[in-house]
Amino acid sequence: MKQNVMIRTEKLSIGYEGKIIMQDLSFAIAPGDIFIIMGGSGCGKSTLLRTLTGLIPAQAGHIWIRGTDFINATPQEQLDIMRHSGILYQGGALFSSMTLAENVALPLQQYTSYNPEQIRQRVCFKLALVGLAGYEEYYPSEISGGMRKRAGLARALALDPEIVYFDEPSAGLDPVSSKNLDDLILEINKTLGTTIIVVTHELSSIFAIGKNSIFLDKTLKTISATGNPHELLKNPPNAQVYEFLTRGASYEKRTQ
Amino acid sequence: MIQVNQKGGQLICTLEGVLNASTPVDLPADDLSAQKIQLVGQDIESWNTDFVVTLYYALRFVPRENITYSHLPPGMEQLLRLAFQVPYKEEGVSPKKWPFLERLGELGIRFCRSVKKGGLFLRECLFSWGRQLRGKAVYRGKDFWAILGDCGPNSVFIVSLISFMVGLILAFVGAIQLKIFGAQIYVASLVTIGMTRIMGAIMTGVIMAGRTGASYAATIGTMQVNEELDALQTMGISRTDFLVLPRMNALLLSMPILILLADFMGILGGCFVCVLFWDIPLSEYIKYTVNSFNMTNFLVGVLHGLIFGLIIALCGCYFGVTCGRNADSVGAATTNAVVYAIVWMIVMTGLLTVACAQLGI
Repeated sequence: MKQNVMIRTEKLSIGYEGKIIMQDLSFAIAPGDIFIIMGGSGCGKSTLLRTLTGLIPAQAGHIWIRGTDFINATPQEQLDIMRHSGILYQGGALFSSMTLAENVALPLQQYTSYNPEQIRQRVCFKLALVGLAGYEEYYPSEISGGMRKRAGLARALALDPEIVYFDEPSAGLDPVSSKNLDDLILEINKTLGTTIIVVTHELSSIFAIGKNSIFLDKTLKTISATGNPHELLKNPPNAQVYEFLTRGASYEKRTQ
Repeated sequence: MIQVNQKGGQLICTLEGVLNASTPVDLPADDLSAQKIQLVGQDIESWNTDFVVTLYYALRFVPRENITYSHLPPGMEQLLRLAFQVPYKEEGVSPKKWPFLERLGELGIRFCRSVKKGGLFLRECLFSWGRQLRGKAVYRGKDFWAILGDCGPNSVFIVSLISFMVGLILAFVGAIQLKIFGAQIYVASLVTIGMTRIMGAIMTGVIMAGRTGASYAATIGTMQVNEELDALQTMGISRTDFLVLPRMNALLLSMPILILLADFMGILGGCFVCVLFWDIPLSEYIKYTVNSFNMTNFLVGVLHGLIFGLIIALCGCYFGVTCGRNADSVGAATTNAVVYAIVWMIVMTGLLTVACAQLGI
């Protein structure tokens, strides 16, 4: 496995209980990339994310993460891969019975041998990184949706992961909060060199943060375009991609 | 009204006069989807959306390119164009009707799948127990104490009240029958044996299934909806260690104490009836209660309680973790948790009763 690839898939099929949603998915994500998985509603973006994170099994094909065959890995190897990954879910997925500090501390307690004071310091720092300094003792129900997502990001970053997955980070956020989250993603990528994989269909986010992307075509049931989102807009490989990236503008009129 | 004429391979529908819900839309019975249709407006006095609805319904299978409009009121034309913008999806109307045998087969497959799922969950729980015994299970002490507080002290009042009432009812009904033989003093024995051996455990079990089992399913089900279970899984934390073990431990710890309380309150309820309504002296009631109290009966009751606690925790947690990702599923999970817990409790009571009878206990 080459070292300049963080994640690679080959002829991957995804779906549920034998029902294939997408097939023949082959792509590679370089370390430090901000990789966008885009496509229309219901095309299988989140299913792909759930497959990449081991939440559902792949129907066929291969996934290599950090050089390890993720699908055929032992549970311990899979755990080790996930130890180096963080995930920000759509709603933050914070544990409602725990304070923000307890939420962020959980992976640290699980995987490190830090003492409580060291954990407290790290929790404080991670919350500060996402702009939630001083919110340690708040419960998820006491903060806004945008803050919950940032707290979820702090938890995802707790173990200094090499890869962070984002599932629809802009969903349910107002434009300003959405932009702030995009800026935060860019900052984290730039500062920590984290490989970032974002599932989204928010055009503003796609163009603001995306370095590379794939477009999942619901009709073809596979990837129909790969590349930088700006490049794809400039030279769209097909009508679906152009219409998606321009909110439904006519592909024919563009080519005439 | 609508006048329909066939002209040059085209169906011309002329709309005129007052067009509302009572306007009949009588179109030829032939396959309209293959026909070109022209909708022509002529001296339309008034129209409303009820008419447009009826017209669209009659023409819904016609592709939009086969329909032309002429002289229709602008609003009506816009509404129709909007409605016809997407082709009608026929298979979306009537869900596929499966033959009886296929449905039966599907039910069988679903049953087998749920048995398999339940078995896997039980295995997961057993492994968690193993990890707990080796001191390797991960869950927060804080969560355990909060859950214990909820299913222990917070249940005391309701368990006491219901058990008192059950003791009272047992004594009342029993005394009426025993009085026929002049043996109402044996009500004390009836209540004591009844409560300690089985009734205390069953009543506590039913209350805890409705109160705690439902709460377990709803809490864990909501965590599923909020993707918290996914977050646990991707953090490599076992959901059975983190969520099921503290709940199971809390119930196993609190059930024997609650059963002791239920037994006591039931006997107190019986005493209340006997002393106040049947003029049995308190000292006699106490004497007969002490005489008929049997440690074996009490321990059989506690054993029932422990098994019920396990059933309630397993049902609550199982339906919670297998819950779907919407509000309806949480409701269904909660209902299932209570129903299955009660059914399994009754089944286990039957089995234990037979086992005790065979062993002469």
